[in-house]
Amino acid sequence: MEIPKSFLGYKRENGRAGTRNHVIILPVDDISNACAEAVANNIKGTIALPHSYGRLQFGADLELHFRTMIGTGKNPNVAAVIVIGIEPKWTKRIVDAIATTGKPVEGFSIEGVGDIDTIAKVSKKAQEFSMWASEKQREECPMSDLWISVKCGESDTTSGLASNPTVGNLMDKLEPLGVHLCFGETSELTGAETVCEKRGKTPEAQAKFKKTWNDYNDFILKEATDDLSESQPTAGNIAGGLTTIEEKAFGNFQKIGGCQFIDVLEPAEEPTKGAGLYFMDTSSAAAECVTLQAAGGFNIHLFPTGQGNIIGNPIEPVIKLTANPLTAKTMSEHIDVDVSKILSREMNLSQAGDELIKSTLRVANGRLTCAEALGHKEFVMTKLYRSA
Amino acid sequence: MSNTDIIIHDEKDNVGVVVIEKITPNQVCNCWIMENDKSISIQSKDEIPLGHKIAMIDLNEGDTILKYGHDIGKVVKNIKKGEHVHVHNVKTKKW
Repeated sequence: MEIPKSFLGYKRENGRAGTRNHVIILPVDDISNACAEAVANNIKGTIALPHSYGRLQFGADLELHFRTMIGTGKNPNVAAVIVIGIEPKWTKRIVDAIATTGKPVEGFSIEGVGDIDTIAKVSKKAQEFSMWASEKQREECPMSDLWISVKCGESDTTSGLASNPTVGNLMDKLEPLGVHLCFGETSELTGAETVCEKRGKTPEAQAKFKKTWNDYNDFILKEATDDLSESQPTAGNIAGGLTTIEEKAFGNFQKIGGCQFIDVLEPAEEPTKGAGLYFMDTSSAAAECVTLQAAGGFNIHLFPTGQGNIIGNPIEPVIKLTANPLTAKTMSEHIDVDVSKILSREMNLSQAGDELIKSTLRVANGRLTCAEALGHKEFVMTKLYRSA
Repeated sequence: MSNTDIIIHDEKDNVGVVVIEKITPNQVCNCWIMENDKSISIQSKDEIPLGHKIAMIDLNEGDTILKYGHDIGKVVKNIKKGEHVHVHNVKTKKW
């Protein structure tokens, strides 16, 4: 298949392009959720991103909170942003950082005003943003404007056999076109960590990966009561035939095809070394991982599943594929791309990769994903430790 | 091409994955090795559902399970060729 050279995206002020055109109402903290949700309810064309944190965090955990908030606002799938916090200082820090993209952003704080007057004030601004964004048109953008993140979930052996290698095939075909790519899931590389380390393009990238995985493993050894056998693999993984974390890891690893990663990112960190594949240090919990990748600036997500994970994200469209014929049948409303014919050998990996590229472009051009149509918008912050 | 019942990732692997709804005891199964596109056959001893693994050779306690050509865990209970390989007879070497 000849790979298309472009897609239809929303060009942003900073030169990036979005596959979506959201106006988001972003609460800085848990207690501002009610306000944010009231505004999003008042003003059509806006979406609130409620979450559970943002108070009394400190150190690296607070930095990650800011990075996630700011990165979410900066994501090119977002046209304009309203930030609401209880206090002005943290609110302003987020607003100022998002403003560096040149997109419209405004902050409000609730203390000394109360919910009702804040909701009235913010609603007026949100209406202005929503109507402004509604006039944005899709334009032709080069493939290199696609920033594709990947993560698999509710995996089974069909993931490692077919759906993950399909994503790998897509990576092999799109990497030469200057696309940014990102995989994560530090925990689910356990068992394949030395093989993965060798995929670092430079000694620096390899060393950074090794340190990231070792730090994670030290943490697991410190916190785990016995082993992770109740969590890794999950009950769903085991029902699907996966026996050990090592088996899951080698299946997981198929998602990057033959690509080498050029750098290792902190959770929610934006890549700065140009096009190519990045590894991001993330949890393997689906919603946490995709939230972090979206905050890193990725604008379209590929999610292979075996037993049928149903995740979506509020700003980054999540395309699901499966090679499990039972899942494709029983959970069809969640599956964007069915590659189960690989198992019956009626389709080869390259054909499946082509199908996935076509579906990815249709979604990049505006087609709703199953998760979007079903209203999945899981926005889940990663918390490193308890608050002060 | 006859139907494929089991797929094996790598020639070195000592397990294969069932890719039909299930295989039944004593069924002679067609296996396809992805790495080199070779076909072999094996007679199953157990009923094994879609996605689960079958032992391609006799395996003894302490042996290493190879899949993708890599170590994915250790045998904790002897397994005969054709038997179901899963959490009851294989454990992680991590943690």
